[in-house]
Amino acid sequence: MEAVLFFIAAIGATVGAIGVVAARNPFYSVLALIAHLFSLAVLFLLLTSAFVAAAQVVVYAGAVMVLYVFVVAYVGSAQEPRWDPVPGQRLFAGLLAFFLFVEISAAVLSSGLRALGTHGPDVPAGFGDPAAIGTLLLEKFLVPFEATSVLLLIAAVGAIVLAARRRESINRERPLGEGVASR
Amino acid sequence: MNIDWYIVLSALLFTIGAIGILVRRSPMVILLCLELMLNAGNLALVAFSREVGNGQGQVFALVVMVIAACEVVVGLGLIVAIFRRRLPLDVDDLRELRG
Repeated sequence: MEAVLFFIAAIGATVGAIGVVAARNPFYSVLALIAHLFSLAVLFLLLTSAFVAAAQVVVYAGAVMVLYVFVVAYVGSAQEPRWDPVPGQRLFAGLLAFFLFVEISAAVLSSGLRALGTHGPDVPAGFGDPAAIGTLLLEKFLVPFEATSVLLLIAAVGAIVLAARRRESINRERPLGEGVASR
Repeated sequence: MNIDWYIVLSALLFTIGAIGILVRRSPMVILLCLELMLNAGNLALVAFSREVGNGQGQVFALVVMVIAACEVVVGLGLIVAIFRRRLPLDVDDLRELRG
């Protein structure tokens, strides 16, 4: 049963990832990424980490992807050229990615981690539930937890600064119908 | 399932994300592919957390999620700023950092 679920979720995650890369319309890429994230949440559940799975669905597939959908709808979907501006780019990218996959897999699987070939140790019933994660976050990892909150604040301020329409930049902007809008 | 299956799957997803970053030109799709790579890292972290048998890897995965959210916010802010200045949304054309 667990193996069946693993393979279903793994195939879903892989197909979603390929869809993100292959879809020509960015909107379809976002939808494929949402499917990918749901499949990953199933994998997290199989690894007995319920809180990470829930956070993945709620925060990632919920909030972050909504942000993406809004920006895709705002910017619109510009079509990319079918040809490679750099000749042979896709071939070289595929070759490099193949070697990267082989290298990562070989490096991890040939490492001395003995528990890799096993199911993992038996864990207590509360492993990975919100109580355990919360205890870890507020006791052992309190400083990193606060640092991430400061980081989120900085990112929010930075996004407002970047995306805000400044008064002097309005005058410099060219009228509609040029640039991207005419492509 | 054994843990090594999860690790190999994580490597595969990371590789697909790397292909996307190398091949695609739209900055938005490149951000999506970055998300793929970060999520592959998350999967590896959670799998190793299960392998060791304590929850610290899951805390790492949560922190990676926060980093990804920050990256998305700043990246999408940049994309909106690029779009407002009527510049082309194509990483081959966006070669200058001058505003």
